[in-house]
Amino acid sequence: MAVISYIDAVTMAIREEMERDSKVFVLGEDVGRKGGVFKATQGLYEQFGEQRVIDTPLAESAIAGVGIGAALYGMRPIAEMQFADFIMPAVNQIISEAARIRYRSNNDWNCPIVIRAPYGGGVHGALYHSQSVEAVFANQPGLKIVMPSTPYDVKGLLKAAIRDDDPVLFFEHKRAYRLIKGEVPNDDYVLPIGKADVKRKGEDITVITYGLCVHFALQAAEKLAADGISAHILDLRTVYPLDKEAIIEAAAKTGKVLLITEDNKEGSIMSEVSAIIAEHCLFELDAPIQRLAGPDIPAMPYAPTMEKFFMVNPEKVEQAMRELAEF
Amino acid sequence: MAENRHSALGLNDEQILEMYKTMLLARRIDERMWLLNRSGKIPFVISCQGQEAAQVGASFALNREQDYVLPYYRDVGVVLTFGMTAKDLMLSAFAKSEDPSSGGRQMPGHFGQKKNRIVTGSSPVTTQVPHAVGIALAGKMEGKDLVTFVTFGEGSSNQGDFHEGANFAGVHKLPVIFMCENNKYAISVPIEKQLSCERVSDRAIGYGMPGVTVDGNDPLEVYKAVKEAADRGRRGEGPTLIETVSYRLTPHSSDDDDRSYRAPDEVAEAKTKDPIITFGAYLKEAGIMDDKLEKEINDEVMNIVNEATEYAENAPYAPPEYAMKHVYAEQ
Repeated sequence: MAVISYIDAVTMAIREEMERDSKVFVLGEDVGRKGGVFKATQGLYEQFGEQRVIDTPLAESAIAGVGIGAALYGMRPIAEMQFADFIMPAVNQIISEAARIRYRSNNDWNCPIVIRAPYGGGVHGALYHSQSVEAVFANQPGLKIVMPSTPYDVKGLLKAAIRDDDPVLFFEHKRAYRLIKGEVPNDDYVLPIGKADVKRKGEDITVITYGLCVHFALQAAEKLAADGISAHILDLRTVYPLDKEAIIEAAAKTGKVLLITEDNKEGSIMSEVSAIIAEHCLFELDAPIQRLAGPDIPAMPYAPTMEKFFMVNPEKVEQAMRELAEF
Repeated sequence: MAENRHSALGLNDEQILEMYKTMLLARRIDERMWLLNRSGKIPFVISCQGQEAAQVGASFALNREQDYVLPYYRDVGVVLTFGMTAKDLMLSAFAKSEDPSSGGRQMPGHFGQKKNRIVTGSSPVTTQVPHAVGIALAGKMEGKDLVTFVTFGEGSSNQGDFHEGANFAGVHKLPVIFMCENNKYAISVPIEKQLSCERVSDRAIGYGMPGVTVDGNDPLEVYKAVKEAADRGRRGEGPTLIETVSYRLTPHSSDDDDRSYRAPDEVAEAKTKDPIITFGAYLKEAGIMDDKLEKEINDEVMNIVNEATEYAENAPYAPPEYAMKHVYAEQ
């Protein structure tokens, strides 16, 4: 099995789906000849041509809205937002339209679109090239939000998203693009949207997280293991709708839970995860639910000192895990 | 006898009688809904009155077997021409479970019916414009001969989605007909507070497409403009912006009182150009309709409206727990 990077898994999934189904196509800014500003669509323009790898005008609401129209017709568009931060002009199309099309038409119409966007910090992207935006969309029934952590999950979940009959937001951590590598089979496989995944089994503390923070938690877990502390790590993978069963099972397993997100703390995905645990696991808990997250400031600043202050990192994760273990 | 204008457009007498009948049906359905609203039987109505000629004239110029329409909330004339029935519309007005647009989930005026290629719509205005562009793009990718027809008001032509959609269609030369039904008011705000250009169609040049303004009270003029636009689209020459100028004869909706922002004289003046009256007069002057036929058509339309009302009023609501269904595809 080949070891490839997170971003190459994105490209591989799109290429395979475009080869499999002529209704799959890509649209977005710079996705064509340039292959995307991060190179997520590299080679697709050459392979499939400008009809199926469409460089659009610089207008996010049209990228989403035109994609939605094509999906209404029966195509399988993959729309790229160049940065998650720039999805805001398309929010009306995503929330008022894509999310509600099946419901409002009483199942007459549906909208099988995938909207991909790189999110996340640690790349000197400052306020508008670093944000996590999932919480904006995470109370909109009709949407699914997928945020994978590994190349293997990227390929299987992106293929599942493209084949899904409902709209899926697919957020890719931009720092993970080239930092994270892993084994990815060349053959066709899909992973279930809506299912979390245990990335490490343990007995003493539970960490629930997603995206790049999964790797920070895995690194910290190795260090803790040397000191005899066993960490159980659940990767949400889909942050909306949440896999409640897996969350409850993981929390109940150790009774000590740390929730980690790179997003601002208040109103984050982890606020909802915390509520699920509070509702279902009162008698299994041996410690207050802990959250490690970004501070409640608008977004991470450009200066390295302040960016580091904002970001979750392996050291912060390790410290939080140790504190919880000692509670 | 008046000049026969319809033959030159390739329309026979039977077809323009059908146009008239559809316009009248739209009007009578609308009038009935106001009565039902004022008698407390339905919560809301939003009108097509004054715009039937533009809606029906345009829709008759399309291919009703393959083209897609993305109507806005006043387009009773469009959806009737594309196969929705009076009964369907009344079911929507009463929010009954058989309502084909939404099963009673949406307010009236939020049309949708996949089998007739009437694309589902929402309330935030102009979001349907990029969808029309996307469907045209998909049709082009699939090698189909279809055009898409999308409507909106002159107020909505200020929305970003109008600009973004029109620009996209212009760049990619897609077969989209953008039709602005300029009825001179966006709720209470008159056109001079909406646009600084003289006409909505003036905006077309910015998107590299032709823009024309036509009399929205004349279904034949609208038919001609839309037919030309559809032909252009099918020839691969790209989109067209058409502005139909008419007048909103009713308040914005059943919850609006237009006396606070426009003079009764202005409304009275507009009513002299009411397309139901003026097109009826044309049919008579052209010797196609006499008083007897006019009465027969009206009686037939009223029977359709009465039957639709009775059926919809007695139809069942969706059960409460049905609210949980169709958020996602069923597994």
